[in-house]
Amino acid sequence: MKGILKLAYKLLVNDKAKFTALLVGITFAVFLMIAMTSLFAGVLYRASATVINLGASMWVMDPSVQTVANTIGMPDYVLDAVRSIPGVNYAVPVYSGGGLVKLADGAYQAVNVVGLDDTSLFGRPTLTQGKIEDIYGENAFIAVKDTEFPKLNNPAIGTEFEVNDHRGVIVGIATVASSGLFGVPTLYTTYERALQYIPNPRFTISYVLVSPKTPTDVANIKREVQGLGYLALTKDDFMDKISKFYMFQTGLGMNLLIMTIMSFIVGLSISGQTFYTFVLENIEKFGALKAMGTKSRELILMILFQASFTALTGYGLGIGLCAATIALAKMRLPDYAAMITYWNLALAFVMVVIIAALSSYFGVRRVLRIEPFEVFRG
Amino acid sequence: MAEAAIRATGIVKWFGEGEARTTAVKDVSIDAYFGEMLYIVGPSGSGKTTLLSMLSGILRPNSGSVTVEGADIWKLSSDKLADFRLHKIGFVFQDYHLFPRLTTAENVAIPLILKRENWSNAIVEAKKYLEIVGLKGRADLPPVKLSGGEQQRVAIARAIVGKPDIMIMDEPTASLDGDTGQSIVRFVKENVLNDKRCILIVTHDDRISEFATRILKMEDGRLIGVEKGGSM
Repeated sequence: MKGILKLAYKLLVNDKAKFTALLVGITFAVFLMIAMTSLFAGVLYRASATVINLGASMWVMDPSVQTVANTIGMPDYVLDAVRSIPGVNYAVPVYSGGGLVKLADGAYQAVNVVGLDDTSLFGRPTLTQGKIEDIYGENAFIAVKDTEFPKLNNPAIGTEFEVNDHRGVIVGIATVASSGLFGVPTLYTTYERALQYIPNPRFTISYVLVSPKTPTDVANIKREVQGLGYLALTKDDFMDKISKFYMFQTGLGMNLLIMTIMSFIVGLSISGQTFYTFVLENIEKFGALKAMGTKSRELILMILFQASFTALTGYGLGIGLCAATIALAKMRLPDYAAMITYWNLALAFVMVVIIAALSSYFGVRRVLRIEPFEVFRG
Repeated sequence: MAEAAIRATGIVKWFGEGEARTTAVKDVSIDAYFGEMLYIVGPSGSGKTTLLSMLSGILRPNSGSVTVEGADIWKLSSDKLADFRLHKIGFVFQDYHLFPRLTTAENVAIPLILKRENWSNAIVEAKKYLEIVGLKGRADLPPVKLSGGEQQRVAIARAIVGKPDIMIMDEPTASLDGDTGQSIVRFVKENVLNDKRCILIVTHDDRISEFATRILKMEDGRLIGVEKGGSM
């Protein structure tokens, strides 16, 4: 059987022009499919940046919250009520809201301000410069050094600015796991200072971050919080909710899905047609093999092998090309959100398998119909 | 000549249905023997190639039987029939049907590869047969780099590399000049034919009649006569 596959391989690869056309078609299709879906994955990941960076295992919020960016304030009693639920290890408030920073050069820059619980500083970022206790100092803020950091004119410790007409000073520089989606820098401070600096409605707690005592307590906490008229979600549930919002309620998901399907159709058209032409051009040779004693299933195997080999090679090249393009793009465009995940790869793989299956299906049908007598007759 | 290599009895083949039906071979019975180089001759459309196809297990007759070494080949399953062609028959097609993307040696090795021989061994064996047909040193060239006569020799090497009992040649000299054609058929008679092999040749070419053991004449789908070789 190995010999027959080697024969199929040589017949395919030695036809350099056709093989190149097939590879280009599949590589291009895979590149487009992965580029589209990885962009979407990157957008979804960044949309959950605050959830990822704060790292709480459970989040309590108003049931109407759709994304982490659109908070709805909750009254203080919710925090006390959550703390009294059996199974809660601890619960802390967090503030998340938008502010306007006036930089030293007089320019204004929108920022995201995260106010951490004054007592525990739960969810604090990893500092690369400064000390975390300095956050309790007068007008203290910690700047996150991510792709948006230059928009604050690359502040250093001691840099002063204004936030909503209040004096602010940078006391630390930090890193976080993920940058946000909306292209604004992030400043961390204490919860109380955030409330002082940012104008707020009557209720001020954006989220209550909860640590359950054990994983089995999660269901009970959810139920009890629901009884209060609020919603408790695990970190994964919340990220899922945010993803679903962007996928199904913004048009973003549908547009990217259409682009992905178009990439698939382009790949299928180019590869399917080229592969079918390849089979047609070799149809007499396949007929001659049939006359010489090749069984139908061996011919099918040869065609399936040729289609699979081309598809998998194109798949690998497409992934490589896409990864290289994303890496290059990120060097030039730090905000470029694309992220290749196992799901992207799996989706592209399934689509490539479909391309290979459909391409070979028509080739196999044609080869099975060829009568050796037609070849013999010339 | 001893036992019949191929025995066809009352075979009929038609194409199409109803008014469009054309009968290509009409009730033909023949025997072909080991050690024999049997020609089937006749004008275009006389049914020669159709007859040869039925004898070699490529085309199923509408009626009649074909036995090879005593076994009715048209009672075999399609897989067994494919195995029969692979192990018993060596084909030389009119257009050669060499694979242009493979080397000459790889082309010759195809029947061995189909028989599940190891690739390297098959290539070594193929090179031996290329030497037999006088193409030593051409093994690594693609067929398109060879002349028509050389390509025909490659096709012959491919047909005999699997050591078949029966060799089928369809118009082997059709695309060759007179001298090359004669030299090819002479080569086949002197080097390929033996008392354990039967060679069936369909041809129009009366310049090669001297090499035939017997000549079957066909016209309008019927066998109209049998002559001894050299008297075509």
